[in-house]
Amino acid sequence: MKVMAQVAMVMNLDKCIGCHTCSVTCKQAWTNRSGVEYVWFNNVETRPGQGYPRRYEDQERWRGGWVRNRRGRLSLRTGGRARRLFTIFASPVQPELSDYYEPWTYDYENLTRAPLGDDFPVARPKSLITGKDMAITWSANWDDNLGGGPESVLQDPMVEKVRRESEDKIRFDLERTFMFYLPRICEHCLNPSCMASCPSGAIYKRSEDGIVLVDQDRCRGWRQCITGCPYKKMYFNHKSGKAEKCTFCYPRVEVGIPTVCAETCVGRLRYIGVFLYDADRVTEAASVEDEQQLYQAQLDLMLDADDPQVRAQARADGIPEDWIEGASRSPVYALAKRYKVALPLHPEYRTMPMVWYVPPLSPIVDLLADQGHDAEDERTLFGAIEALRIPVEYLAELFTAGDTDVITGVLRKLAAMRSYMRGINLGKVPDGTIPASVDMSEEDMYEMYRLMAIAKYDERYVIPTAHAEQAHDLEELGCSLDFEEGPGMYESGAVGEASGRPVPMAVENFHALRQRQGTDTVAAPDPSSSGQVNLLNWDGRGAPQGMFPPPATDREDVP
Amino acid sequence: MDVVLWGVIPYLVLATFVGGLIWRYRYDQFGWTTRSSQLYESALLRIASPLFHFGILVVVIGHVIGLLVPEAWTDAIGVSESEYHAMALSLGTIAGLATLVGVVMLIYRRRKTGPVFMATTKNDKTMYVVLVAAIVAGLVTTVVSVFDTNVTDYRHTVSPWFRSLFVLQPDVDAMAAASTSFHVHTLVGLALFAIWPFTRLVHAFTAPVHYLFRPYIVYRSRDDVSATRAPRPGWEPVGTPDRDR
Repeated sequence: MKVMAQVAMVMNLDKCIGCHTCSVTCKQAWTNRSGVEYVWFNNVETRPGQGYPRRYEDQERWRGGWVRNRRGRLSLRTGGRARRLFTIFASPVQPELSDYYEPWTYDYENLTRAPLGDDFPVARPKSLITGKDMAITWSANWDDNLGGGPESVLQDPMVEKVRRESEDKIRFDLERTFMFYLPRICEHCLNPSCMASCPSGAIYKRSEDGIVLVDQDRCRGWRQCITGCPYKKMYFNHKSGKAEKCTFCYPRVEVGIPTVCAETCVGRLRYIGVFLYDADRVTEAASVEDEQQLYQAQLDLMLDADDPQVRAQARADGIPEDWIEGASRSPVYALAKRYKVALPLHPEYRTMPMVWYVPPLSPIVDLLADQGHDAEDERTLFGAIEALRIPVEYLAELFTAGDTDVITGVLRKLAAMRSYMRGINLGKVPDGTIPASVDMSEEDMYEMYRLMAIAKYDERYVIPTAHAEQAHDLEELGCSLDFEEGPGMYESGAVGEASGRPVPMAVENFHALRQRQGTDTVAAPDPSSSGQVNLLNWDGRGAPQGMFPPPATDREDVP
Repeated sequence: MDVVLWGVIPYLVLATFVGGLIWRYRYDQFGWTTRSSQLYESALLRIASPLFHFGILVVVIGHVIGLLVPEAWTDAIGVSESEYHAMALSLGTIAGLATLVGVVMLIYRRRKTGPVFMATTKNDKTMYVVLVAAIVAGLVTTVVSVFDTNVTDYRHTVSPWFRSLFVLQPDVDAMAAASTSFHVHTLVGLALFAIWPFTRLVHAFTAPVHYLFRPYIVYRSRDDVSATRAPRPGWEPVGTPDRDR
């Protein structure tokens, strides 16, 4: 047994209102640069829906992730090492820009600068790639809230699968459709297939916290990782020619504060904490024959930080004491392993993803409420979970490789919690039979309710800091912010626009923090940084200057 | 004149090439990439890029054999002069044509696909001119040597000169005796090597052969800064117990 620590996230999908705040703040912090206009490290998809990039879950086409071969060993879906090198000159299954979307802006200037005329001036969409006029036909979020209707929804690869496998042909007419939102970031997998695909060995997993990063100095732009990642959360910066990905906001996590997406989440649905896991058994767990056993295999890797044996081994493997304590108080461990309500996204890709999801009960509650039933009553809910096969089967395709029993079990727990707590809120005697019906004690159920409903900031985010003794190492290994137009770039290098040495983000943060200490305003932009706001230093109070354009009266160009 | 062309310039090019590569590797890791444009356009690239790259790999192997293996060696293993040339010419022509067709398709794609053209720098354009000139000159050399019986055998002129460069005894006379077509091809080739370190061609020198041997999963410690670069002067880490554990 080799104990390693992994920073992980749980998202409670019942609470997601699809406001996209996480996507926008993430984009502001990480991908508001040229070359990654089309990139969303965090995106929120409406499910059922095609997702971003379009139909990324169709692995028959995109060939991401691992497969178990006849000898019971894992190999990349695109084939072995020699075969991958053979196809290196043109990646055969890399999504094109049109599979994401062509990024655009609007010609707003025309609204104020257009000469007097008979026609009302309009702001035309201009492509951010070619600079020319363009027709907008798709985006990262085109089918938001089931926009596009049944035709678009039927393109969802998971819907196709459920329809194929169900005996009675499901009609996806809109009246009976359910929907929920699925926020997605990089899964920071234990067995990442992007890393295995990288010819240069530039992608690495940090041994301290398990965050998966791309070494920008070593990446040579072979693009194999984009194919390798089944979640399509590897992106190609077409300006710098390097791969980029979600960084789990490691500069924030290192100092103990949550990621930008979690910090700004309106529904407070994200939980961040530490897992201790057995690194020696990861490959074995990912190679389990039955796809539906992968969830259980992954769960078995997660170690109980309160177990004295685990603690002793963790200490022997050099895990700092505060990390062991953090793992013991970890909200993600509680939701994933203790209460078993959080599930990995697409375990069948065999990458052991470390962003977990509490599946939503709301599609069922909404359907019941619409039909006039009491959607808080556990018997009604239990019956509905059994009867409403479509949402359950669909969720099973997302989270358990099609095993509906696990989904039903989780939804029953959520339903029981809902019903049990309503009784308490109405001042009735707590009904112990409800938790018992899902094999939980009343105490556990109450604790789970506390964690899911009213947990405060320091309970939702239990993030041990990187060690002070290592402070001089915080200057990062490779940072995907540091190039042209990025906040980390001082100037262009000698060999074209994307060359030269990047400035470590630690330096930029140092200057931002020093400036903040000396001013009254919050996170005022550095005048030299072309007016960009560094949200990494924003403590959430007030509106930093420069975040919004100045009011019209302050501007010289408006008469 | 011959001394400058075949005795001085080759060494200047070699110095630029090696020095440039070392300089770029040390100071511009971030700019060292293929600068792929597959995101913009894939249909043409999927045919043209492998055609060009596999073609040029065969061409490179051909050059290595032709320039480095002396005639005495092939004679010793019983390959006759005519057999050798028949094979070299046929393989060389096929590979050269594949390379040329590939690079023409790539340039057509680069010019005609809006986003790809916009992502093309002046550096790229210069590089393409020299690269295509080198390929065309090489093919012309091959064709001319088939039809023109007066052309000298490169195995008696170019190859000895090339090998003599590396023992610092440049055989200028041998090279001067070669035909004009060889002179042109060699000069264009030297120009290509001179600009090589400063263009996107550098990606050839980080061909990921070690991918065949490395483990699939890469763990790296946050401490492991030295993996990418040496600490800057004055910032060497202190040996704290925490580091050494």
